[in-house]
Amino acid sequence: MTRDQLRILLPVLSLAVLLAAVFYLQPRTMSYFGLNLLFNLAIPVALATIAQMMIIMVNDIDLSIGTFVSFCACVTATFVHDTPLLGYSILAIAILAYSAIGAVIHARGLPAIVVTLGMSFVWSGLAVLILPSPGGASPEWLQTLMKSKPPLVPMAIIAATLIALVTHLFVKRSSFGVVLQGVGGNERALERAGWSIVKLKATAYGIAGLFGALAGMALVGLTTSADANIALRYTLLSIAGVILGGGEFTGGRVSPIGAVIGALTLTLAASFLSFLRLSPDWQIGAQGAILILVLAVRLLVSRREER
Amino acid sequence: MTDLNTRPGAAVAPVVSLDGVHMSFGPVHALVDARFELWPGECVGLVGHNGAGKSTLVNVINGRLTPTQGKVRYSGHGGQSDAATGAQEAGIRSVFQELSLCPNLTVLENLRIPYRNIPRKAWRREARRMVLAALDEVFPDHGISADAVVGDLSIAERQMVEIAIAFAERDTEPALVILDEPTSSLDAAIAQQLLSHIKKFCAAGGTIIFISHLLGEIFEVATRILVMKDGRVTQDKQANAFTRDSLVDAMGHVVETSGRTQSARQRRAVGEEVARLNNGMTVHAGEIVGLAGLAGHGQAEALARFYMSRASVWRSTKTPEVAFVAGDRTRDGVMPLWSILKNLSLMTLREFSQNGLVNRSEEDRLYETWKERIKIKANNPLDPILSLSGGNQQKVLFAKALASSAPIVIMDDPMRGVDIGTKKEVYSMIRAEADTGRSFLWYSTETEEVLECDRVYVFRDGEISAELTGDMITEENLLRASFELQEATA
Amino acid sequence: MSGLSQKPWIWSYLAALAAFGATMIVSGGQGGGSLFFAALTFASFAVIVGVGQMFVITLGPGNVDLSIPATMTLAATLALKFMDTNTSLMLPGLLIALGTGTACGIFNFGLILLLRIPPIIATLSSSFLFQSLAIWSNRGLRIKPPEPLADFATGGLVIPNLALVAIGVAVVAWIVLERAIVGRWILATGQNMRAAQLSGVPVNGVRFGVYVASAILASLSGFLLANFSGGANLNMGAEYMLTSIAVVVIGGSSIAGGNSNVPGVCGAALFMFLLVSMLNSYGFGAGARLILTGVIIMMVVVFASKRKYAA
Repeated sequence: MTRDQLRILLPVLSLAVLLAAVFYLQPRTMSYFGLNLLFNLAIPVALATIAQMMIIMVNDIDLSIGTFVSFCACVTATFVHDTPLLGYSILAIAILAYSAIGAVIHARGLPAIVVTLGMSFVWSGLAVLILPSPGGASPEWLQTLMKSKPPLVPMAIIAATLIALVTHLFVKRSSFGVVLQGVGGNERALERAGWSIVKLKATAYGIAGLFGALAGMALVGLTTSADANIALRYTLLSIAGVILGGGEFTGGRVSPIGAVIGALTLTLAASFLSFLRLSPDWQIGAQGAILILVLAVRLLVSRREER
Repeated sequence: MTDLNTRPGAAVAPVVSLDGVHMSFGPVHALVDARFELWPGECVGLVGHNGAGKSTLVNVINGRLTPTQGKVRYSGHGGQSDAATGAQEAGIRSVFQELSLCPNLTVLENLRIPYRNIPRKAWRREARRMVLAALDEVFPDHGISADAVVGDLSIAERQMVEIAIAFAERDTEPALVILDEPTSSLDAAIAQQLLSHIKKFCAAGGTIIFISHLLGEIFEVATRILVMKDGRVTQDKQANAFTRDSLVDAMGHVVETSGRTQSARQRRAVGEEVARLNNGMTVHAGEIVGLAGLAGHGQAEALARFYMSRASVWRSTKTPEVAFVAGDRTRDGVMPLWSILKNLSLMTLREFSQNGLVNRSEEDRLYETWKERIKIKANNPLDPILSLSGGNQQKVLFAKALASSAPIVIMDDPMRGVDIGTKKEVYSMIRAEADTGRSFLWYSTETEEVLECDRVYVFRDGEISAELTGDMITEENLLRASFELQEATA
Repeated sequence: MSGLSQKPWIWSYLAALAAFGATMIVSGGQGGGSLFFAALTFASFAVIVGVGQMFVITLGPGNVDLSIPATMTLAATLALKFMDTNTSLMLPGLLIALGTGTACGIFNFGLILLLRIPPIIATLSSSFLFQSLAIWSNRGLRIKPPEPLADFATGGLVIPNLALVAIGVAVVAWIVLERAIVGRWILATGQNMRAAQLSGVPVNGVRFGVYVASAILASLSGFLLANFSGGANLNMGAEYMLTSIAVVVIGGSSIAGGNSNVPGVCGAALFMFLLVSMLNSYGFGAGARLILTGVIIMMVVVFASKRKYAA
């Protein structure tokens, strides 16, 4: 088994163990309705995690994704709902801005962590300007889509599978995705081969922006309204999701399927506790504990490999 | 100029021609007046000691460096496009010791990186076919899967993949392949496969530049040998015009062994053993122990390991056992944001201060003492360290280590890029310190410095290949121990 | 100009002064005293956590403490719960807060060292745990601080008591960074960890100390904030994650590590509060304030990188 396969095995196992525990504690969740309930909020988290993964793939980190998702949610709940054309244009411009930030970060050699920190204030401010108090409404079609009940398999599962599949095909299988991964793996080798790192980084950031926007829209579809702080926790959750999913912080080693599984695990960890009859206070703690646990197991595995 | 008479057909153009190419980095002339042509079908062995200018030469040829003077022409190019593109279009490929693969990608995906215009459809099949074809051709029975992630491969396998990718067909055909120590991590049998492939490749009209410390390999494949010394191509002849001894001779004779150092060496007596390293090296009190051999053969690693074993990462002490003088200043030595003064005092803060605060008058005194002793050319101790010339920065690093009370001083090739005047001053200072009973572990890539030592370990492939003492420390013995003279036992 | 650019922290004070002046213009000079008092009070919290974050960031790229908000909350919650408005338990309460901080710092560095993960991931994971512990121990109750502590936190002659604490922290931090051997070690580790180690700096010891110090300062700040605002609250630390990094950056410390200054953190903390009051007095809302903060942070980074190119 290759290291890549091992790397994806761990998140799959942790999700399976957690799911088994939930089913054992509350057999009723083993149903269409139960699964839908468990994983409903996973879709926006998964999309945001994919966005973060794109940035981590090129050896940067994005501290602004949470506020960006909030901003996009606010745009969706207001402009997209009221004047769709204007709304979509704003989202498109925001995605372009994301891409431009990636280019500037590389071209000027700026620390991504601070630039995205600064951007997080900007997105947050824009969100507050658009929606000073919680409100807005979801576009009809979006709500219908997010709350639809396809036969046999719940919407959340279908969407998560779709997200994982599409990004896997793009990042891991397409010839361009491979080059993007190469940026994280050995930037100098790419430069020598004549690739423009600025363009590649701009592309990676742009794709991250796209998924961030999708996350914001999905969130509004689920909650049917927005507020400026709706997704602040996504910054930390998305980083945790990438790492849980077998991604590494440097070196372009990321896995889209893993990232989606990581997002599902984090969502499930939160619901798991309510079945344990433990207070929901421990939700965040459980997410942290799972993260630490998985990292510890991963260290043990890699130590064994070294030997 | 070459003195080859036999050209494979007069109509054939040279793959690369260099016309009076100079390359200087500031005051350092790394390459002086290189003029020669490389023809299709040639395998050129490039030899020379450390710092002779081999890597500068190949980097000029592959377009990564633009010469400060003169011109590099590629076949079919007038040199209009920029050098790197020209070299790429002319089919010039390089394999360097520092691996240029992406460790997070698979073998076939790594072919995709240099293959800019890969067809979008079924690109994996195309890449797999090409990389496997190249691997099969160069290294039959390689056993490497095209889907293996490069980071999971052994170092030897990675090197095989890198070599195969250099020989693989893609949008351009390989015309000239530059191989810099390509067999450094390959075992003998695999290395032999590579050598056979090189011969086949040249027979089919390809050109190779081959750099190796294994003279046996050079003689086996090279049709022509370029010898470099001090940035110049000093000899350029057909391979069969050299014998092993004449080749070693041609590379050497950088310095005359002066009588002064000879006598200095003989009269020195050393004390008892103060340290024994894992690899069997010993150090005695007052002894200057040299580590020699070609660069990158494990000397620096041995020193770093020894340092780490003697210094704690958790506690500091007022009486350190070892002090370290860095050679790679940027990586190991200089604190780039700091003044000369702060750089100088870092290692001895504990020794001259009390109660946890820096004793600043002692710090100033330290500076005055060492400015005098080692003649640092600085106006103001508070100037940034980077405002000094490289040689003076190096003096600061020396002073930093020598100022400590550590009985053993480790020096990791500290004289790189230092002018001759400074070197002389430092040599005498080291000698004076050794006379007071201090021990030195001195890795150097310069023969002249190794000759200053009392005892020398020569490294090859990470192991000690010879231990030389007293009169045995001669340039010839050093070269012989650095280069593998025996045939590779296949 | 060269003198100024060597002391980048001066800009944060000039900016703070400008913001103060602009606010005064609107109010016609009214309420200058109370604005000054408020600015010092609120800046104090940011200074205390900012100094901790500054030490962490000084350690070089990748070093940042994301667990500061959670540590603040946890320490404040545990301490207030322990004191339970009981005046006689004030000192043990403070010790409990600082002890909690110490434990959090040790836990953070333990993760970094034992799991060999980047500090940002380690402090992120532990912040989840700390936050959860805080929620669990808090149980939605809001316990008031003992009366004298609340009086201390809100009171002060001429300058607020909290500002005195913050100034004390800043002075100690300045001495450590500029005068102490440990400070040299921290700066050396941040510039080049490998070279520092080869110069005899006990780098692991230094990093351990810095992470623990950051957590202790966070716990102190949390303790004071809870006493100031009449009780611990689960979101009390939230804004300090970004604020703690922002004051370090705006204060002119290098995010690449090895070059930090304490005065800049103080100036930036003042500035960030005064900016808010200025925008408020001009009728701008929270949105404009946030956007401006973000733009300033990015401008500072771009400006700092320009200086590096010029040098």
